[in-house]
Amino acid sequence: MSQCGDCHGCASAAVAELPHPAAVKTVALVGPPNSGKTTLFNRLTGLRQKVANFPGVTVEQHTGVAVLPDGRGVHIIDLPGIYSLSPRSEDEQVAYDVLNGNRTDTEAPGAVILVLDATNLSRHLMLAAPILALGLPTMIILNMGDDLATRGGKVDIKKLSEELGAPVALISARSGVGVDRVFDFLASTMPKPQPKLLPVLQDVPKCREWAGAVGSQASYRAPIAPKWTRRLDRLFLHPVAGPIIFLLVVVGVIRTIFMASAPITTAAQSGFEISGNWVASVLPEGLIRSLLVEGIWRGLGSVLVFLPQVLFLFLFIGILEDSGYLARAALIADRTMARVGLQGKSFIPLLSAYGCAVPAIMSTRTIENKRDRIATILIAPFMTCSARLPVYALLIAAFIPNRPLLGQLVTQQVAALLGLYVIGFLAAVGTAKLLKSSVLKSAHAPFLLEMPSYRWPTVQSLGLRLLDRAKVFLRRAGTVILLVTVVLWVMAHLPYSGGKPPEIGNSLAGTIGHTIEPLIQPLGFNWKIGIGLITSLAARETIVSTLGAIYGMDPESQSVGLQNALRADLSLGGAFALLIFFAFAMQCISTIAVVRRETGGWKWPILQFTYMGVLAYIGAFIAYHVIG
Amino acid sequence: MLQLSGNNAAPEVLQGSLLDLETGDAAVLDRLELPVDDARRLMEMGFLPGTRVIAGYSAPGGDPRVFQVDGSEIALRRETARNLKIRKDSRKSTKPARNL
Repeated sequence: MSQCGDCHGCASAAVAELPHPAAVKTVALVGPPNSGKTTLFNRLTGLRQKVANFPGVTVEQHTGVAVLPDGRGVHIIDLPGIYSLSPRSEDEQVAYDVLNGNRTDTEAPGAVILVLDATNLSRHLMLAAPILALGLPTMIILNMGDDLATRGGKVDIKKLSEELGAPVALISARSGVGVDRVFDFLASTMPKPQPKLLPVLQDVPKCREWAGAVGSQASYRAPIAPKWTRRLDRLFLHPVAGPIIFLLVVVGVIRTIFMASAPITTAAQSGFEISGNWVASVLPEGLIRSLLVEGIWRGLGSVLVFLPQVLFLFLFIGILEDSGYLARAALIADRTMARVGLQGKSFIPLLSAYGCAVPAIMSTRTIENKRDRIATILIAPFMTCSARLPVYALLIAAFIPNRPLLGQLVTQQVAALLGLYVIGFLAAVGTAKLLKSSVLKSAHAPFLLEMPSYRWPTVQSLGLRLLDRAKVFLRRAGTVILLVTVVLWVMAHLPYSGGKPPEIGNSLAGTIGHTIEPLIQPLGFNWKIGIGLITSLAARETIVSTLGAIYGMDPESQSVGLQNALRADLSLGGAFALLIFFAFAMQCISTIAVVRRETGGWKWPILQFTYMGVLAYIGAFIAYHVIG
Repeated sequence: MLQLSGNNAAPEVLQGSLLDLETGDAAVLDRLELPVDDARRLMEMGFLPGTRVIAGYSAPGGDPRVFQVDGSEIALRRETARNLKIRKDSRKSTKPARNL
C-alpha cells in the first residue's frame, strides 16, 4: 500500500498521467458496514445483479450492471463492508486485492465509488485516505443525506470535494434522492483524483486526525443523536421489557409464519390437486400420465405449497435485519453465547442459519479466530432452517390439534413449532459447549458489534431478498427435488412384470424401504418413511415430495390426502420421533459440500454428519418411547 | 501489548476503565491495554485515546454494553471494556442525566 503522507513526490507523478480516454467498464463499490452500500447497489443495478463467490475464498461476490442513460452498461462490484484497507480478515483481503487488481478472476476496477455514512462522516472519512491513495478515479458518496438534514447536521459538499480532490455527492440511497449524480459520474470520463497530502495509512490516530481536519474544512457539523433510536433502545434494551419483547418477537414471527401462510398454502394445495386431476383427465392412461401426475405433480406440488411459509420467514428475517433490531437481539443474546464459549460474532451466522445453513456457514468468514469459526460452522446446521419448515408444518398440521394452549396466541401447534426451534437451538448450544471445552478451545477475540440506527426497511430491499429466496427455493425444487422425485418414481415402477408395474411395496423403492425397516422400526417408522429418510439425504424437504409421491402412487391412500395418509401410517410417538429426527439430522448435500469447502477437507463434514445422525437416532428413539 | 496514551503529560489520576461507567456516564479514553491487532480494530471503530466515550444501554445484566464513541454506537463485552482505561471527563464532573 502506498504511503502518500511520506512521499511528497506523488503529486507530480500523478499529474504526469493523462486521463484515461477509454470508458471504464468496471466500477467497485466500497464502504464501511452499515453505510448503505448495498442499498445504493440495488438502486444502481435493480434486478440486473447476481451473487456468486470469489473463487478460492468464501467471500460473496455481488455484481451487477448499471445501465446508463445512453444505454451503455457499467459493471458494478459490491465489495464486502470494510473499516480499513489493512487486510486482516478474508473480507478485507478480497476488497484489498480487487481494488489493487491482484485477483486474476475479477477484472480490476477502473474506478471506485466510496460510500460513506453522512451522519458519521468524521470517522468514515478515514477510509477515504487509503481509497484515494489507490489513484483510481473515485467518487465519494455521502449517503443518508436525508438523515443528516433532519437531525440538524450539515456539510459543504463543494469544499469537501476540493479538500479530497474528488467529486462528492450527498445522496439518500433509500429514497433515491441524488442517485442520478452517481449515474452522471458513471457516464462521465471519470477523472483521477487530484493528488492531496494523505496521512500515513497504518497510523489510525493520524488518519482520524486527517479525517477530522478534512471534515472541519468542509464545515461538517455532525447531526444530533437519532432521537428515535434512543427512544426505541430504551425500550428494546430495557432490563425487563427488552428480553420480553425479544421473546414476543420470536413467538410472533413463528406464529405468523404458521398462521398467515396457512390459507395460501391450503389454496395452493387444492390448486395442485385440481390441476393434477385435470391433467390426469386429459392424458391417456399409462406410464407418462403416472409419471407426470402421481410422480412429479404430487411430489413437487407437496413441496411447492410451502413456498409462502418460506417467504414469510425470509420476510421477517429481512425486516428484523434491515430495521436494525437484529443487532439488538444479538446484544441481548450475547451472554448466552458467551456462556457456551462462543463469541458474539457467531450470533449473526447462527441467526441467518434459521433461513439456511449454507449462507450462514459462508458468513462465518467474518470470525477471525479459526477455532471459533469451525465451532460455529459445526453447530449452524442445528438451527431450524427453512428446509425443515415444510416437514415440520406437514407433521404438525397432521398430528397436533390447533387448540389454544396459552390463550389464543400460543396454540398447541404454535407451541410445537416453537419447541422444535428451541430444541434445535439447545442442541447447537450444547454442542458448542462440548466443542469449546474440548477440541476447539481458544482465547476469545474482543466482541465488537456496531448498533445501527433504526430505519424503516424499504420495500425494494425486502422485495429483492424475497425474489432471491424464491429463486433459490424454486431452483432446488426444479433440480435436486425434481431429480430425486423422478428417480423415486422409476424405482417405484421397477421391476416391470407382465406389462404392469409392481405394487409399491414390492417395487425397487419398496424393497429398499423394507431393507432398512428393521433399522428404523425402533423409532416408530415404517418402510415408506424409510424411503423418505433416504431421499431426504439430498435435501430435507424432499421427504415431503417423496411421501406425496408414494401415497399418490399407492391406490389405498391415493384419495385421502397426504395428512390423512400419514395419520394412518404413523403413531403420535412416531410423528414426534420423526420431528426430532429432522431437528437433529444433517440431511442436506449443499451443507455438507459447503462445510467441506469452508473447512478445507472431509474431516469436519464427516464428523458433523455422523454426530448429528447419531444424535437424531437417539433423540427419535427416546421421543418414540416416551410419547408412544 | 500496546499502550497508546493520548495524554502524555498525564497530570490526572487514572480513573479505571469503561467498566466503571453506568448508562449516561461520560469519560475520556486514555489507553487501550490490548494486543496490537485488537487495539487497532477498536481504534478503527472509533476507540482512540483522547476520545470521549458515553456509556449507553446494555443487555440485561450490564453485559455487553453499548458505548457511544465518535458518532457510532458500539457494543463491547465486559472483558473488553475492562481493558479500555479512562480518565474522567473534566467537562462533566457531576453525573449527567440518565435520559440520553
